[in-house]
Amino acid sequence: MAILQVRNVNKRFGGLQALNDVNLSVEQGTIHAIIGPNGAGKSTLLNCFVGRLTPDTGSVMFNGKSLLEITPHEINQAGVSRVFQTPEIFTDLTILENVMIPTFAHRDGSFKVNWWPRVDKEAQTRDHAMSVLDEIGLVDKKDVVASALSRGDKRRLEMAMCLAQDPKLLLLDEPTAGMSRADTNATIDLLKRIGKSRGITKVIIEHDMHVVFSLADKIAVLAQGAVIAEDLPENIKTDPRVKEAYLGEEAVA
Amino acid sequence: MKILTHPTSSVDSTMMFIFVAAVLTMPIWLTPIGAAYPDLMQRFVIFGLFATGFNILFGLTGYLSFGHAAFLGIGSYTAVWSFKLLGMNPIPAAIFAVVVSGVFALIIGYVSLRRSGIYFSILTLAFAQMCYAIAYSDLIGKFLGINLTNGETGLRVLADDPRIMDGVLTSGIDTSALTVNLFGLDLTHTWVWNGFQFNAGFYFCAFVLIIASYIAMRIFRSPFGLMLKAVKTNQNRLNYTGVNTKPYTLAAFVISGMYAGLAGALLCITDPLAGAERMQWTASGEVVLMVILGGMGTLMGPMLGAGIIKFSEQKFSTWGKPELHEFLAFIPDGIRDTVVSVASLFVGSGWHLTLGLVFMLIVIFLPGGIVEGGRRILMIVTGSNRRNRQIQAAAQAAE
Ligand SMILES: Nc1ncnc2c1ncn2[C@@H]1O[C@H](COP(=O)(O)OP(=O)(O)O)[C@@H](O)[C@H]1O
Ligand SMILES: [Mg+2]
Repeated sequence: MAILQVRNVNKRFGGLQALNDVNLSVEQGTIHAIIGPNGAGKSTLLNCFVGRLTPDTGSVMFNGKSLLEITPHEINQAGVSRVFQTPEIFTDLTILENVMIPTFAHRDGSFKVNWWPRVDKEAQTRDHAMSVLDEIGLVDKKDVVASALSRGDKRRLEMAMCLAQDPKLLLLDEPTAGMSRADTNATIDLLKRIGKSRGITKVIIEHDMHVVFSLADKIAVLAQGAVIAEDLPENIKTDPRVKEAYLGEEAVA
Repeated sequence: MKILTHPTSSVDSTMMFIFVAAVLTMPIWLTPIGAAYPDLMQRFVIFGLFATGFNILFGLTGYLSFGHAAFLGIGSYTAVWSFKLLGMNPIPAAIFAVVVSGVFALIIGYVSLRRSGIYFSILTLAFAQMCYAIAYSDLIGKFLGINLTNGETGLRVLADDPRIMDGVLTSGIDTSALTVNLFGLDLTHTWVWNGFQFNAGFYFCAFVLIIASYIAMRIFRSPFGLMLKAVKTNQNRLNYTGVNTKPYTLAAFVISGMYAGLAGALLCITDPLAGAERMQWTASGEVVLMVILGGMGTLMGPMLGAGIIKFSEQKFSTWGKPELHEFLAFIPDGIRDTVVSVASLFVGSGWHLTLGLVFMLIVIFLPGGIVEGGRRILMIVTGSNRRNRQIQAAAQAAE
């Protein structure tokens, strides 16, 4: 069953056709990669899923429900979490607080004046946040203020924040950009692991072919706003149109 | 690497205990510095309350309102109306002031929070100036054909006001003096013991401040408070985390408006009079100064800031050349005249110059305010290298 169904999505910025009749179908429990050259419209497409942008035409259905009429926080409460291309975290707060906030949001919904209990006495939320931090390898830094983290750690923190919500659909915009090779491999392992244990569907935008081919169940290739191919990794590797549009100049891993 | 650890609940309890003890003994420890007048102490407490509430909005969410004096004024008018209609008991006056200022905060906040940053500040300022103009000219009263704010003269309790509960609650007690009384206890009364003055009105206000500070502390340490801090840091991320930030900021706005309304009601305890000047933009600006001076986003900072500003106002604004001569008596005669004439620019009506200078020094050199300064000194003394989070300067916070 397709958990995310994108049909005929168009988005224009002035004279630029950023998305050109995009169709995409993401199966429940799979990892779906979107690749394509810089400026192809990959981030724009994700923006249309989370309510940051509204497409000019077309539909985006999640679990049979349209995502186009609802606000970002409603989309998230429906089970869609996103890791941004430039990390969006709470830089003034500690790592643990950064992960506790999405946990509270998951538990309490989009608004609750929960002013009497103390955060440090919320054992369940704290334990949950700690277990996610443990999974992602940031548990030693739980009291560090997020602004002090390295770029790679900021991405991992953002990933932890999304995972803490137990999303049904996780959108990742270049999650390994700025990471060392070792961190990249750790992230690949992590994404594989959570895929198995929690059955989270993932849509991942990635530049690193090594990451894409070691993770993806299916790959969509975007060029100049249009999906030029959507297929299994082994077919994408050999697809002449893809080679021409994107892979031509790069060695396929 | 910046590490941040929050106080545990036992640390908070200790702090609260010290705070309560300090507030209740103010008439004693303020005597040596000549600040133990009941009237001045009440101002410390009332403006401490005002600043504490303002900090819930400004310190936690970073939304800088330039119009909170409107709620102070609305609280005062409501209190005086409660005195006029219901009687001179401060409890209904305080309750009604909180409710009415809360309703106004809900409306003004709802509209102003459609924008953020400087536009939000300007909207709140505009609303407050509208409230001031309406109160000063009693526009609504004229429209309704009643004396709602009594214009520039100000609203006060008159002998022929109904005061329907006075007869019931304080039977047998002479209430013709029109002073505020708590079930018969005259709140202007002062007990004198060993030269210390213990004023009933001060203790009423102190009691309210203690409860309000405890509530503020709960908010600061709660999941709700954490969400407010997250609003300040990255509202965008919070939206994509499933949180509807609008009602959070509105709740903070309404809570801080209610604190301001309560403070406004307490201002009417010694003198049951409400005037429009209480709503002027200078009063809105003053509470911003208090919070920044003391340390925005800290629990005790705003109260310290309020105390210092009200104390300096009292001292410096009444000083003139004679006092300066006395104060600077250690300087040789020849130079003293010059020093005094320069220094005299900074006292009396020029004391705002002093305030401005101190404020600039704090913002530039100690953006975390006095609390941050104290923390740094403590760290030097204890040799601790744990670096605490620097509280952002006002300008950044307004974003
Ligand atoms: N909000 C916007 N306004 C105008 N142009 C935009 C906007 N967002 C993206 N674009 C343009 O759309 C194109 C696709 O951008 P993007 O989706 O970020 O590409 P990428 O595939 O590298 O993520 C680019 O040319 C970009 O400049
Ligand atoms: Mg991109």
